[in-house]
Amino acid sequence: MGFEKFGRKSFTAVTKTAKFVDFLAEGKVEGTVCKDCGARFFPPRADCAKCFSKSMDWFEMPKKGKLETFTTAYYAPFGFEADPPYTMGVVDFGGGLKLFARLAKEIKPDEIKVGMDVIIRPFKYDDNQLSFEIAKG
Amino acid sequence: MKKDVAVIGVGQSSFVRGYEGSIRELAFEAFREAMQDAGITQKDVDASVFCSAPEYDKQRSPAGVLAEYLGLIPQPTFYVESVCSSSSTGVKVGYSMIKSGLHDVVVVLGFQKMSEITSAESQERMGRGADIQWEAPFGTMMPAYYALYAQAYMAKHGLTHDDLMGVRLKSSTYGVINERAVYRKAVKPGDFKQGDPEAKLAGPVAWPLRVGDCCANADGSSCIILADAKKAKSLSKKPVWILGIGAASEAVNMAARPDFTKGLSVGYGAAAEAYRMAGITSKDIKVAEVHDCFTIAEIMAYEGLGFAPAGEGKQLIREKATYKDGKMPVNVDGGLLSKGHPIGATGGSQIRTIVLQLRGEAGPMQVPGGPDIGLVHNIGGVGLYGNVTIFGRG
Ligand SMILES: [Zn+2]
Repeated sequence: MGFEKFGRKSFTAVTKTAKFVDFLAEGKVEGTVCKDCGARFFPPRADCAKCFSKSMDWFEMPKKGKLETFTTAYYAPFGFEADPPYTMGVVDFGGGLKLFARLAKEIKPDEIKVGMDVIIRPFKYDDNQLSFEIAKG
Repeated sequence: MKKDVAVIGVGQSSFVRGYEGSIRELAFEAFREAMQDAGITQKDVDASVFCSAPEYDKQRSPAGVLAEYLGLIPQPTFYVESVCSSSSTGVKVGYSMIKSGLHDVVVVLGFQKMSEITSAESQERMGRGADIQWEAPFGTMMPAYYALYAQAYMAKHGLTHDDLMGVRLKSSTYGVINERAVYRKAVKPGDFKQGDPEAKLAGPVAWPLRVGDCCANADGSSCIILADAKKAKSLSKKPVWILGIGAASEAVNMAARPDFTKGLSVGYGAAAEAYRMAGITSKDIKVAEVHDCFTIAEIMAYEGLGFAPAGEGKQLIREKATYKDGKMPVNVDGGLLSKGHPIGATGGSQIRTIVLQLRGEAGPMQVPGGPDIGLVHNIGGVGLYGNVTIFGRG
């Protein structure tokens, strides 16, 4: 339990990576790192498919990266109708770590450019759902 | 030329909004046409494979129900799924069943009745063909995913909104003349004019993609009948042979995608495998069907298939090279954009188009010069699954 608190609306209640949401509540965005082979994962995984280890640690994601791509949605799926328009994008931190999230509402559409410097930070919706978002670097 | 497994019959329902019937009746439309095309009866069929995206189906485990309705019991039947490429996967499975010697004649039937749920619900279900744990909580849907590719690609390669419009103008040219297409209205550049309330295709869906850049949901069915060489020669006067099959998969989460400016990795991977198996190159292809669920997807497909170098797909649209009379005709049946995209039926419909082209039976859509080799490129999800199948006239 616990993962239903993730995002605008979660479709997953039970996962071994639910601690991710507790970290968000503490103000941290964390990925997992394999204790046996050192492979790092974001989004977090409970199991390492590289070495078959099930033993994972958490690590804090880098804060600064570059916006690799983005899109602004003017229509939303069922359950998200109140939100559009909203912008989502992919951040590249280098070293094989990337992340997908929404961009902060405060960024004006004409400021958003492929390759711009961005940061990531935890984010709480009005209904206390916990997420993370991309903001200007 | 490899002559192990042939297509001996093809069929397709009209692709429509709101089919007036149940899924078994929808399936019957394509099945009837394919069986009459092959000139066979159910006694000639050894097994059947049904293909759809199950989240649209109210019927659990549809294969048995549809097999009974089509008169295909007591032969073995089962169900396969790879979202939008389900029926290409079905054909790959059917090919394998025949090649292994288990069966001689296999019916592959793709279907989808998308209209039982609303468009927003449908988008949510399609979004769930991506990563439901880590991405769907942000409110993702199919156009947004493809828009991520479009944004990065346009920024790097100088692809413009007019180029994307060019893909839609081409598709509508053929949608107008395809009696089975869901979108048969002519499209003109004015339909994309930004800020004009009369311009119905200009509105943003997931920027940079507009209404006119997105394919339409539809209800439809397709049917492909496969046979081994012996049966193909005895049953069919016009077999079309499967020369190559390639397939690939990719990480679901966008955070694991290597390069958004390069298009879908599964397109490249599946194409390389299919060309290798067929022993040919992209230069040998005379007509192709590619997965244009969005305009950007067709441009990326040109490059994955080797029709254009990386970043240069736009030239084919600017030069009208992919029109019927061009050097590399693509989607001259209207594609997914105009013909429509009933998920589970799409791959089979693309295959039907290529088979008709190779037989010289494509009517007003026929590519001139008697094409002898054709290709089908069918993607599942946001490049989650890629399938490329190459066909040759006997
Ligand atoms: Zn490991």
